[in-house]
Amino acid sequence: MTDFLASLGYESWILHALVWGPLAGMVHVLAAPKERAKHVAFRWSALLFVLSSGLWWAYDPVGGGFDFVSSASWIPAWGVEYALGLDGISLFMVVLTTFTTPIAILGSFEYVTRRRKAFYALMLLLETGVVGVFLATDLLLFFVFFELTLVPMYFIVGIWGGRRRIYAAVKFFLYTAVGSLLMLLAILYMYFAGSADSFSYDAFLAADLNLREELWLFAAFALAFGIKVPVFPLHTWLPDAHVEAPTPGSVILAAVLLKMGTYGFLRFLLPFFPQAVQHPVVVTVMLVLGVVGIVYAAWVAAVQPDAKKLVAYTSVAHMGFVVVGVFALTVNGLQGGLVVMISHGVSTGALFLLLGMMYERRHTRLVEDFGGIARSAPFFATAFVITALASIGLPGTSGFVGEFLALLGAFETRPAAAVAATTGVVFAAYYMLPMVQRLLFNPSDEPANRRFPDLSRRETVIMAPLVALMIWIGVHPTPFLDRMGPSVDRVLERVEAVSIEATAPVDESVGESVGDFAVVLAPEPEPEPEPLAAEPVVELAETPALLPDVEGD
Amino acid sequence: MFLVESTLRSALAPSSALASALPAAAPQEAAHWEPFLPGLVVLLPLLGFVANGFLALRAARRSSAAVRAGKEWSPIAGSVRPRTHTLPTWIGPGVMAAAFGLAAINFATAWGAHLAEPVIAGPYWTWIATETLRIDAALQLDALSLAMTMVVTGVGFLIHVFSVGYMKDDPGYPRYFAYLNLFVFFMLVLVLGSGYGTMFVGWEGVGLCSYLLIGYWFSDVKKSDAGKKAFIVNRIGDFGFLLAIFLIFQGFGTLDFMPVSAGAAGEFAYGGTMVTAITLLLLLGAVGKSAQVPLHVWLPDAMAGPTPVSALIHAATMVTAGVYMVVRSSALYALAPTSQAVVAGIGVLTAFVAATIAFKQNDIKKVLAYSTVSQLGFMFLAAGVGAYTAAVFHLVTHAFFKALLFLGAGAVIHAMHHAVEHGDEPPAGHGHMDPQDMRNMGGLRKHMPVTWAVMGVATLAIAGIWPFAGFFSKDEIIWYAGAWAGAESNPFGGLYVAYWVLALVTALLTAFYMARLMVMTFHGANRTGPAASHLHEAPRVMIVPLVVLAVLSVLGGWLNVPEALHQTALGLFGAVPAEGLHHWLAPVVHAAEEIQAGAIGEASKSAPIGGGELAWALVSTLAAAAVVIATFRVLGRRSYATAAADPGPQTALGRFLHGKWYFDEAYERTVVQPVLAASRWCWKVVDTRVIDGFVNFTGSFTRVAGWVASVFQTGQVNMYAFVLALGVLLVLGAAVLLP
Repeated sequence: MTDFLASLGYESWILHALVWGPLAGMVHVLAAPKERAKHVAFRWSALLFVLSSGLWWAYDPVGGGFDFVSSASWIPAWGVEYALGLDGISLFMVVLTTFTTPIAILGSFEYVTRRRKAFYALMLLLETGVVGVFLATDLLLFFVFFELTLVPMYFIVGIWGGRRRIYAAVKFFLYTAVGSLLMLLAILYMYFAGSADSFSYDAFLAADLNLREELWLFAAFALAFGIKVPVFPLHTWLPDAHVEAPTPGSVILAAVLLKMGTYGFLRFLLPFFPQAVQHPVVVTVMLVLGVVGIVYAAWVAAVQPDAKKLVAYTSVAHMGFVVVGVFALTVNGLQGGLVVMISHGVSTGALFLLLGMMYERRHTRLVEDFGGIARSAPFFATAFVITALASIGLPGTSGFVGEFLALLGAFETRPAAAVAATTGVVFAAYYMLPMVQRLLFNPSDEPANRRFPDLSRRETVIMAPLVALMIWIGVHPTPFLDRMGPSVDRVLERVEAVSIEATAPVDESVGESVGDFAVVLAPEPEPEPEPLAAEPVVELAETPALLPDVEGD
Repeated sequence: MFLVESTLRSALAPSSALASALPAAAPQEAAHWEPFLPGLVVLLPLLGFVANGFLALRAARRSSAAVRAGKEWSPIAGSVRPRTHTLPTWIGPGVMAAAFGLAAINFATAWGAHLAEPVIAGPYWTWIATETLRIDAALQLDALSLAMTMVVTGVGFLIHVFSVGYMKDDPGYPRYFAYLNLFVFFMLVLVLGSGYGTMFVGWEGVGLCSYLLIGYWFSDVKKSDAGKKAFIVNRIGDFGFLLAIFLIFQGFGTLDFMPVSAGAAGEFAYGGTMVTAITLLLLLGAVGKSAQVPLHVWLPDAMAGPTPVSALIHAATMVTAGVYMVVRSSALYALAPTSQAVVAGIGVLTAFVAATIAFKQNDIKKVLAYSTVSQLGFMFLAAGVGAYTAAVFHLVTHAFFKALLFLGAGAVIHAMHHAVEHGDEPPAGHGHMDPQDMRNMGGLRKHMPVTWAVMGVATLAIAGIWPFAGFFSKDEIIWYAGAWAGAESNPFGGLYVAYWVLALVTALLTAFYMARLMVMTFHGANRTGPAASHLHEAPRVMIVPLVVLAVLSVLGGWLNVPEALHQTALGLFGAVPAEGLHHWLAPVVHAAEEIQAGAIGEASKSAPIGGGELAWALVSTLAAAAVVIATFRVLGRRSYATAAADPGPQTALGRFLHGKWYFDEAYERTVVQPVLAASRWCWKVVDTRVIDGFVNFTGSFTRVAGWVASVFQTGQVNMYAFVLALGVLLVLGAAVLLP
């Protein structure tokens, strides 16, 4: 396989094809008649998945650095480049994207009935943005793609969403925009603080920052990514966005968009700010937020009457495991976090698809409206149960491998956080099993539930690969772990190579800035959980003008 | 063949220092032994699951399609059953027979070869591997895992056969066998896995199957609830198990059993914090899975599942996994005397509490459920006093007689159910009569003589009457508890005396509540009413497994006749070899017994209040027999009211025991409701009012929302969408292109 790919010159064009292919598909969709739009979009996305699957063989994990690297000058004056590269971390994110997109598109065939051309064009535009985020090795290019994903998602929620779609779309947009503005400022700061002649990833790695600078920049990046993840207490946009979004929007949102946040943790936060991420206050804050997210979101999920909102909250809990795994700063924790990201993409994406199928049949998302579906739709129920079990991390499914490694890794350095996070396995059963019972089991008093149609052939085609992937990763995750291992090691080596004492200027200002941070980043007592967005902005001199500007425009 | 004589009675002198006992002395001439297709033993039930699962889905799709089409179709209504409902009859028990055959071959050859060192089959593949962690998909074959495999496949096969008759008229027949096969697969992974990682796969896997089978009749909310409760309570235990795994990994860098038990004494100091923490956390897992106090509350509810499921999962195999785990980790427990005292304490407390509850239950399965909890408590007591062989011994004999009791109860329920359904007129009382309520039974001996006889055997066995299986295993546990209390330097000696006394009392309670069950079910006047004429003996496919289990319940005790009884009448004057099981298991528990011998010293040769083993064996069997006879005499004369006419317990103590010590009510008030209230508070207050309140009340937010809303009101939304999307691209591009 590797030789065959090499004979195609695969390495030289694949990344560009994956970034721009969806855009070509988008043009095709817009040119096609509207009845054909969904088929065109599906074929393009399926083709891109087939192309991307070659990466599985073509990517050589030895060394763990960027592979398939290519760059071209974009804005020479500022040293901005169109630079792409792929390593063992982005490999899985890219393939997860190309894998989920055709499935989400196929899952929208019945759901999306109006403005179809626009919808499928936006779906493909979104794919370009997300793939670009995962492949860009130039910070400004990354930022452009990061922002680009915002736009199609905003419209997908805002146009094809449910009753409160405007509120949800705007909330999503503003939350994310606030975060990314701060990140842009941080990127610019690093650009000027560094050599100021390049936005390339390597130049940023080489930037010489003291602890105080690192902490502020960390805060800006962490806020942008933390909103995406989302980390408690920045999560309230997510349930609204999920509930209002059409099925394919929810699928992409859960499977891929949230991963941009945790991907940012791995790709930028850890390597760029090794001093900051080892700072005890920072680590403690992040771990506490992760743990609180796991438990809090599980509790809130358990009492949701709306099944879609319930699953949305479980996303927050799952991503909490990623946060805990990543900030434990161990190989097992990082790898576990990455596997949770993949597993969550597959299982939560599948749950949203299944809930979408339920909505298409019954036009309700309320848990109490269902019951007895297992009797009327055995294949549907089987797929649902397997997915739910993968979601709560039963051994033999993908969920277990990720959570187990993340918790094991966390336990190595942060046993207290790991113990608290492990209670999540109990609470996962507490939110998931009652939902499964009330949807699928119990008596079916409602005639519509007794006649609930089973999976159609199209729906079977959608679910089969997802279920297969959950079990494959659960039973034999080694090929995945092998491919991500060296890249994860690199991240960790980069962090461990720098110790706080070695580079920190020895003066009181460090202590003070740490003190400031303790105030800003300390886990918020419940009454006022939101000030993360505003405070750092005021401190960075350039910013006050920008934020109101954009918000008010 | 060198066998380590390391029973407590012949324990090494305390002077033999711990260090000299390590590394574990390898048997000097371990005969070479090759396992025969061990992977297939595990694989066969999985294949059975796949085949039966396929049939189940086909059948379910057909009947659901019929419902949608407005027709009624039942796979069991017609005279010719569809293939989906005939093939499982052969596939389900078939794969079990084959697995048992393979297991038996392996067991027999290993026995012949005096297997001393564990043999690792595989690794078939590497399950999880990172830079520091490696978990292989491999099987560990040794005395313990082979013995467990024999029980799981053997008793499992009999229960599968019984199920063919019991579940014949259930529309979900193929689904039932699919779940049952899947259960056996996970149970085999649990007992054969080569490390704590693979064990955990089986551990949660059997929990899943238990959940699916308890809630097998999922349209019934109560049954579905029971399944859910079992899963969640078990997950509390799994939380402890996971943390124990993390600690073991931290201590040893591996999760494989062999390096852990070999290196335990070198890694941890005797009585150290680390090893105590590991063992207590493992215990939390075991307490959940084996339904020990305070996590026992799920097991009685689990009786909602079909009765053969109760026999297989909730009596013979899965619930004993906790005992298996403690024995498997014996080298760790031996190093943690505090944990041992906790294990034994939880065990004996559970045995006592559950036995008292069994006193006042009227549902035949509930009595057996609490009896199971109680007997599992005895096994924990044994494991806690370092008598690992006795724990496994009781596990095996209990698997025989308790499976028999449950299947016998199944036959009774089958008959009662049939009678109620076919009764000419509604039975006495109001409407539906509960076919599981013993108050509606009585005098069934006349209608079901074989069932009566085999359940009688099982009752004598569990009551601990010579020469039935339970006599030997339970007697051994109680004896060890007493001997351990009197061991030379036992730091918790006094505590163990209390355990010993409580265990003695509980043994007598056992004889009482089992005799009560027999009396209420089979003796006295019949209370079934007019439906009684339809009562009948079970079909042969159900009777044969009962008889086989009855034979095992009689003979099972000879597996391990104590040395002290061996040459006496109680030990058949040496007709069977002494301590067969002990010798067989010696290599597995060797490391633990060495440690215990070094630290605790030689066990007492007499019980805490005097008397040798033989004397106490005599006393205990006579006392149990006396209780059984007295119970028959007293209760047999009593006339019971039917369930409908019974006013319930009249005394406070009666209500307390009937109410199961109000554990469920206490948990409802102190755990379930507070967590639910906290959940609602988090949602309604923190999420909605605090966080979103902050977000929504920022002025700019509302302004922008208004602006965006107005955009959408123009009706040209997709145009705007694209203008904006392109705009962002262009602006971003242009802004940087023009320096």
